[in-house]
Amino acid sequence: MATEFIARGADLELVGIRKEFPGFTAIENLDLKIPAGEFFALLGPSGCGKTTTLRLVAGLEQPTVGQILIGGKDVTDTKAYQRPVNTVFQSYALFPHMTVLENVAFGLRQRKIDEPLVKAQQSLDLVELGHLANRRPAQLSGGQQQRVALARALVNRPSLLLLDEPLGALDLKLRRQMQIELKAIQMEVGLTFLHVTHDQEEAMDMADTVAVMNKGHIEQMGAPEKLYDRPKTVFVSKFLGQSNLFVGKAETPNAATIAIDVAGNKISVPKERAEKHTGTIAIGVRPEKAFFHEEKPNLGADHNLIGPGEIIDIRFTGVSNQYLIEIPNVGNVTVFAQNIGKSPVIELGAQVWVSWKVEHSFGLADLPEVAAEHEPVA
Amino acid sequence: MRKFSFGKYALPVYAVLAFTYLLIPIAFTFVFSFNDYRRSNIAWRGFTFDNWTSVCEAQGVCAAFGTSISIGLISTVIATTLGTMIAIALVRYRFKFRSAVSLLLFLPMATPELVLGAGLAAQFFNFGTEMGFTTIVIAHVMFCLSFVVVTVKARVASLDPALEEAATDLYGSPSQVFWKVTFPLLLPGIMAAALLSFALSFDDFIITYFNSGPTETFPKFVYTAASKGLPGEANVIGIGVFLLAIAIVLMIQIRSSIKAKRLASVK
Repeated sequence: MATEFIARGADLELVGIRKEFPGFTAIENLDLKIPAGEFFALLGPSGCGKTTTLRLVAGLEQPTVGQILIGGKDVTDTKAYQRPVNTVFQSYALFPHMTVLENVAFGLRQRKIDEPLVKAQQSLDLVELGHLANRRPAQLSGGQQQRVALARALVNRPSLLLLDEPLGALDLKLRRQMQIELKAIQMEVGLTFLHVTHDQEEAMDMADTVAVMNKGHIEQMGAPEKLYDRPKTVFVSKFLGQSNLFVGKAETPNAATIAIDVAGNKISVPKERAEKHTGTIAIGVRPEKAFFHEEKPNLGADHNLIGPGEIIDIRFTGVSNQYLIEIPNVGNVTVFAQNIGKSPVIELGAQVWVSWKVEHSFGLADLPEVAAEHEPVA
Repeated sequence: MRKFSFGKYALPVYAVLAFTYLLIPIAFTFVFSFNDYRRSNIAWRGFTFDNWTSVCEAQGVCAAFGTSISIGLISTVIATTLGTMIAIALVRYRFKFRSAVSLLLFLPMATPELVLGAGLAAQFFNFGTEMGFTTIVIAHVMFCLSFVVVTVKARVASLDPALEEAATDLYGSPSQVFWKVTFPLLLPGIMAAALLSFALSFDDFIITYFNSGPTETFPKFVYTAASKGLPGEANVIGIGVFLLAIAIVLMIQIRSSIKAKRLASVK
């Protein structure tokens, strides 16, 4: 039995994973590589296969096809209790018949590590719960239980720490606080974290790399800023933040640009920001990168301009106002405008034009399900 | 002036009467365990501690009692072990005919004891088995099993599978996970099932009567003795068992109320 603590995290590699359950396929074909020491988030809606992926890595499920490598070693056929991996479960799964300290010492005792209680106490101190060591889990609040679950996993210094929506049951304030703490702990211990979540803000805020999962496969993977700036599919553009999408037939007015015609408005995207260069394509823009004008502005070729349209809804969200603009034959376009004292004085029903820089456009690889749909998903 | 309330008096009176009705046989048995009886323990002949101080002097009382205790313990251990395994399998694993098995397990509970007893006796007779201690144990395990499965199943169903997964994740092998997490968490259910099994086995007369051959159990002894005059020592044993049962129930009650108070005080 391994008695040494692993000082640093190990990398994780999933090769050609497929997982079938009786009646449905949870994961179609998954290839994934997570470098050692990285905070990696698997983001997706419920039922997308992200929790199944996590359970496969933990060894709680067996893949139908494919290989799992941790630190370069094939662990596909290794039993869950022999893998150098620990999990923080969604329900925390603390043992109700043991004290908090015994819970944390469980993994150490199993591996016959010296002074399990001393190390468990240190781990509890790390999550600032040292004073509650002798309580039972039922006597703790949700946030405290979550931290005990984290301490119980961290104390084993696993090569890989798996987090299954561990913040899902906490209220917003506690959640933000735990996000910061979790990130700080990860930096401190230097382990590889695989975090499964459906909260896009949480994923973008904490992770070095985010993989967006949908229907059993990874749609897109990358640094949060890159994913947000250049989504490649309709799903990613709408799951990670909001997007305005426009569909039309691609033309090539010059070597560097792709353009489509939407109800008489020309919308362009730089070629290197477009996934698809021919046929019918979808071009999008983030609502905060779009502006509206009460009079038709005179803008150069480096701007896209559509309109006129009518403001049909204004929503105050604190830091910004959300304007919904209906443009005839195009659909609805959302524009965010920050409230910086001099917010655009505009009223419901006003006629406006919407513009944005061509370089802020992104061209997608697929099309929205309904071709006429331009409505952003909230 | 207050109006006379019928309900105010009727309910306590009714309750007292009901309890008296329930407790009279026990009180009677208790009182007559101190009777200085001669041939039959029916008429009151005077107070004595003799029955209590020399319980085993009456012919066969203690032997029958000992047999019942051994049968009770052995069938409880077998029925509880088998029943717990069946209960876990029924809740945790998907297999063919699972619901059919669940249903069939209820049958012994629903079947009249007379039928079960006679049926089993016919079986043993056909196989040419000699009736005795072993056949009683087999019969008792059979009817206790259903009760164990039902009791433990409820406990297994309320056990979060994530707890066992967490123990596996924390380097517990399947047997370690069972003994360190599953078993301790099922223990209250298993204990309840064991107590129930023991009580059922110790108390059983009908099925035992059919399948015991010459072996004398306590209920059988009491039944036979009652016709020619029950010795006072039998009353002593009956009251002894009753007091033990009350003590166990009280202990459990007190323990759980202390636990609840401790939980409430730290919250």
